[in-house]
Amino acid sequence: MSGWSDAAVWAIIAALALGTWLIRFSFLGLIGGRRLPPWVLRHLRYTPVAVIPALIAPLVVWPQATGGETDPARLVAALAALAVGFGLRSVLGAIGAGMGTLYLLNAVF
Amino acid sequence: MPAASPSAQRPAPPATLGAAFRKGMVDSAPFLLVVGPFAVLFGVVATEAGLDLAQTMGFSVLVIAGAAQLTALQLMTENAPVIVILASALAVNLRMAMYSASLAPWIGAAPLWQRALAAYLLVDQSYAVSLANFEAEPRWSLPQRMALFLGTVALIAPVWYACTLAGALLGRGVPDALALDFAVPITFISLIAPGLRTLAHVAAAVVAVILGLVLAGLPYNLGLPLAALAAMATGAEVERRGLARPIRAEGAA
Repeated sequence: MSGWSDAAVWAIIAALALGTWLIRFSFLGLIGGRRLPPWVLRHLRYTPVAVIPALIAPLVVWPQATGGETDPARLVAALAALAVGFGLRSVLGAIGAGMGTLYLLNAVF
Repeated sequence: MPAASPSAQRPAPPATLGAAFRKGMVDSAPFLLVVGPFAVLFGVVATEAGLDLAQTMGFSVLVIAGAAQLTALQLMTENAPVIVILASALAVNLRMAMYSASLAPWIGAAPLWQRALAAYLLVDQSYAVSLANFEAEPRWSLPQRMALFLGTVALIAPVWYACTLAGALLGRGVPDALALDFAVPITFISLIAPGLRTLAHVAAAVVAVILGLVLAGLPYNLGLPLAALAAMATGAEVERRGLARPIRAEGAA
């Protein structure tokens, strides 16, 4: 991978694997079954919904495939996935709506 | 997250460990429709980003957490600092501490090696299916619960590995017309959107999107952790003020 030595890639994989396992093992590993304080739970609940939209919003608005130029087809496709995912609560439906919209718009324009 | 089972009649606890194992397999089977394609996508995207076959498989076998894997991969292609890559990808996985805490009362008394194995296999699907079954069958013995838990990953984990391999072998053979570059954002949106259940989730997501865009120019990809922290605090604060009511009635009404 450009910019990364093989050793660096493997180090990232190893660190991520270990860190993820420790997160998963955390409370299963504790003796006595301690409970998380409510304020910690309150923050944990929102980690995916905080990290992932912040990661992908720039990718949607400034896509890599167009060299960072805003692409109306990709914007509409993202909104279609959001609408179907939110409205129908269906992951597969949202993916289908998003990619389908992109293919359709790319075919028409 | 599966709601409580609508069926009033509950079957008796399975007599054998095999039956518990099979129950886990059957209940988790529908999730293969999401897990399989997601793994193929990771395999293709990782290979196109320049990871070799061993590294791509290393991610899926050792980390076994798709959203975090794609997050790390995306930030690696952006040449982000290692600390930002690890912090962001692990933050995506922090929800699993919650899973770990919520399963501890059910399987926390198992032998250490079983808990260590269960931790490795603790993914969104095994958590959701197992907890639903544990709560429905509180009289199950500890071995029955562990058998069910292992059943929930008996299909999902092998399919996750195999489909990653298929995607990696497909790799650069995927035509550009399929616009797979954009399948990553679309998949992430599709994973998050159904989970926007309360005002707190929506507020967190909106803050994340706005700050993610506004801070995108910061050096070292620092915009991402800053935006995520602010969004997380927003969600927690909205919930603390008692505003985290469901946006609409779930199912019934």
